[in-house]
Amino acid sequence: MKIAIPAEEKNLDSQVCVSFGRAPYYLYYNIENDKAEFMENTAANTPGGAGIQAAQSVIDNKADVLLTPRCGENAAKIIHSSGIRIYKTVQGTIKENIELYKKDSLEPLTEIHPGLHGHR
Amino acid sequence: MKIAVLSGKGGTGKTFVAVNLAYVNNDSVYIDCDVEEPNGHLFFNPEIIQNNDISVKIPVCDNDLCNGCKKCVLFCEFNALAYIGDRLMVFDKICHSCGGCQIVCPQKAISEKDKTIGHYEYGYSNNIMIKTGVLNTGETTGIPIIKKLLKDDNYNTGRDIFIDCPPGSSCSVIESIKDADYCILVAEPSVFGAHNLHMVYDLVKLYNKPHGAVLNKCMEGENPSADYCKKSSITILESINFDKQLGLLNSEGKIISQESEKYRVLFMSLLEKVKSGMKK
Repeated sequence: MKIAIPAEEKNLDSQVCVSFGRAPYYLYYNIENDKAEFMENTAANTPGGAGIQAAQSVIDNKADVLLTPRCGENAAKIIHSSGIRIYKTVQGTIKENIELYKKDSLEPLTEIHPGLHGHR
Repeated sequence: MKIAVLSGKGGTGKTFVAVNLAYVNNDSVYIDCDVEEPNGHLFFNPEIIQNNDISVKIPVCDNDLCNGCKKCVLFCEFNALAYIGDRLMVFDKICHSCGGCQIVCPQKAISEKDKTIGHYEYGYSNNIMIKTGVLNTGETTGIPIIKKLLKDDNYNTGRDIFIDCPPGSSCSVIESIKDADYCILVAEPSVFGAHNLHMVYDLVKLYNKPHGAVLNKCMEGENPSADYCKKSSITILESINFDKQLGLLNSEGKIISQESEKYRVLFMSLLEKVKSGMKK
């Protein structure tokens, strides 16, 4: 079971990043063996469609669950059709949110915002 | 000659200036490139002779041919494509219709379909041709419509063209002024107005366009836009005073140069200044 989390910094004590598409890093965390892998989010600096590219990489990295505070409509469309479940993180570190997820204490993310699409 | 009228913000009087110049020039083409809110036609009430949809190309994937190599997804600079499970997902509103995904697909799985994003109307008001572009609500870019209005040579040949630009200084304005011979920068006499004048001034300098300013709604007292023109050596072609009567006639959709001799003379003189500014 692999969890994906947008991260501000490359450590488990970092805050969860408030942006899904433009988070600087993604943590992929394997619940079975507690293995943590931080990856750079290549979508972070794209002019547009960051959420789409970030969602694609979450799928390509074979995550089963996504923990994020928010998610835009385009990214949500992709994540939902892939079958990955989305849970809403709470204020706090990545570590704390993983523990909450393990205890089944995070709510599914239901509010999908219309995206913060930049002007062209 | 092609004269573009632009400003850094809305409501300064772009349409007012462009409509009146086209009117006093006679035998002109007035092109409304402000496709998100075109309103020049309200003054001219043209008799429409041509009305057509404008569409762009959007990729369609044949999932039976697609082998999931994701070359198209990686190619797309705009991130308009995603590959999930065993199918390609296309985000129409993000696609810029470049056609690249179709070219890079080794399986020839991608074809294109038309997507209507708006329409254009051509019509006459006496001997002035009015070209209006309309972008559908919710669409992200009017550039394909602006391109159509400006590139479509029908009715343009041999006539003076007045281009009413969208507000601001972004892509759609750049597209509108690209082929212009002269740019008129319209600004209000306020700090905000001067800031927006600065934005469009930078743009016309970047594109090396002959230009001059029209300061609209001037009142006694400070005029930060006039100060900015002086500082940057921008020619002030005309300063139009705030005039309640003018505002009233304008709000009724009347062309002021048709209603008032004073304004007809003012716009004739503005036109002459623009023409001589172009020769320099």
